[in-house]
Amino acid sequence: MNTKVNKSYYGYFFIAPFFVGFTVFGLVPILYTLYLSFMKWDGFTDPVYVGLANYSRLLQDSFFYQTIGNTLIIWILSIVPQLILALLLALILNEKFVRGKHFFRAVYFFPHIVTPVTLGVMFSLLFDWQTGSVNKLLMSVGILQEPFNWFNSPLWSRIIVALVTCWQYFGFNMIVFIAGLQAIPETVYEAAEVDGATRTQIALKITLPLLRPVFLFTFITSVIGGLQLFDSALMLGAGPENSTRTMVMYLYETAFKNFDYSYGSAVAFGIFAVVMFFTAVTARASKLKE
Amino acid sequence: MQGATKQPIAVVIILYAFLIAVAITCLLPFYSMFITSTHANSDIARRLLLIPGDQFMANYERLIDTVNIWRGFLNTVFITVTATAINLYFAALGGYGFSKYQFRFKGFLFLFVLGTMMIPGQLGIIGFYKLMDAFHMLNTYWPLILPSIYNAFGIFLMKQFADSSVPTEIIESGRIDGSGELAIFHRIVLPLMGPAMATLGIFAFIGKWNDFLNPMIILFDNELQTLPVMIASVKSQFSSDFGAQYVGIVISVVPILIFFSFMSKRIISGVAAGAVKG
Repeated sequence: MNTKVNKSYYGYFFIAPFFVGFTVFGLVPILYTLYLSFMKWDGFTDPVYVGLANYSRLLQDSFFYQTIGNTLIIWILSIVPQLILALLLALILNEKFVRGKHFFRAVYFFPHIVTPVTLGVMFSLLFDWQTGSVNKLLMSVGILQEPFNWFNSPLWSRIIVALVTCWQYFGFNMIVFIAGLQAIPETVYEAAEVDGATRTQIALKITLPLLRPVFLFTFITSVIGGLQLFDSALMLGAGPENSTRTMVMYLYETAFKNFDYSYGSAVAFGIFAVVMFFTAVTARASKLKE
Repeated sequence: MQGATKQPIAVVIILYAFLIAVAITCLLPFYSMFITSTHANSDIARRLLLIPGDQFMANYERLIDTVNIWRGFLNTVFITVTATAINLYFAALGGYGFSKYQFRFKGFLFLFVLGTMMIPGQLGIIGFYKLMDAFHMLNTYWPLILPSIYNAFGIFLMKQFADSSVPTEIIESGRIDGSGELAIFHRIVLPLMGPAMATLGIFAFIGKWNDFLNPMIILFDNELQTLPVMIASVKSQFSSDFGAQYVGIVISVVPILIFFSFMSKRIISGVAAGAVKG
């Protein structure tokens, strides 16, 4: 036992690489970004201190507000069907009589591991109004008479970006829900059946309340992930009237297309504030329901 | 709920119909992509394609004349494998450190590690770019590989595993044999952590394989570029050559499809395990 106490400080050596790595590649870049956000800098001449000028510009930047709105609308359009679908499928696949569980789970999960950029390009091709399969399919079954230009309509552009996101994440959420369902002990259901509860009552009064922590987990991860939507959205473009330009797309374009690093830094912290705000709202809302 | 009772046949049919309909929705875009990639542009524009054509090679030739997509594939393999190996080693190191040593501020430091998971990835991207510029590391693979040293989720997963599956007695006996602490970790602990490393390795691999923003801003040379960035550039370079674009997507999806068909059980149970612990 003596050796164990003596060796305890070795723990610092084992965890040190994480802290060194985080400091160099995580923390210092964040602090440097914060520093840049108080500067005026084009990347060539020396940075000049301008105080809060970038932030006051950000607060008056209607373009930035538009990207917040776009991101939120796309997020809501994708999260609602995504969670409903994930929950329904999880409940069905948790039933004992269903055959081929693994096959269905694997098929639903597959879109999640495909490169998001590839998904974005794929959907932009499928929904292309002249050559895409979607228009061809809808015309051949008689729903459309002539090709419809999806990416000409702000609403449809947003729906398509949301559709890609939904399609990409519902299988992941379903797996999380199934794991949550399987963590509910069998005895709870047996007791309810003995008490004569109907299936609907069991679902509403037992399953859903017991799944709450899992819902919270999914909701918070999807707020953080969904508000940072970038890869697939970039491939689908900014949309008509900039209707599908997301917050991170705006950050990328400001900093790495227009080379306005200092204002881009302020945009990065603006996005951070928005994400933190909605994470806090989500956490708060789920506590209030208790 | 757990269906000890017999289900009415109509309910069963409706449920299966629903499951199959969703499965078709998942697979149809991929099917359409495969089929379309085998047709000439004139056919792609004219009609709905349901059966394979014979123009795949022609589309493929036009694609690789301009974009060295296999080079991008190999670049991505190199970056992903290296980064995943570093990720696994240092996650195991940190997780083991948090699990088996009692040092001051341990609880606080572990909370700090978990807290770093909440930071959105793009927050420091501009500073990261500028810092890598200062290190003269732009247009190299270092900025894509070295940050794998810190992976909070990996440390969390490895600590959980070491807590439950690496017995402290085995470490004690290593010390009695006179091994150094790092030698104990390398010879005794690391082999025991295999199962957790397999799960973490899959996540790290997929995440790195799909990484897009970092290589896009860090790398300038087309020859160094990764597959996702090449796919993105195919979209802009071949804006009117749809056949070539479809071939590009097929080349991006097929390796993932093969990987997934071998690993799907492991990946899905890993996701489930990660979710329950998180």
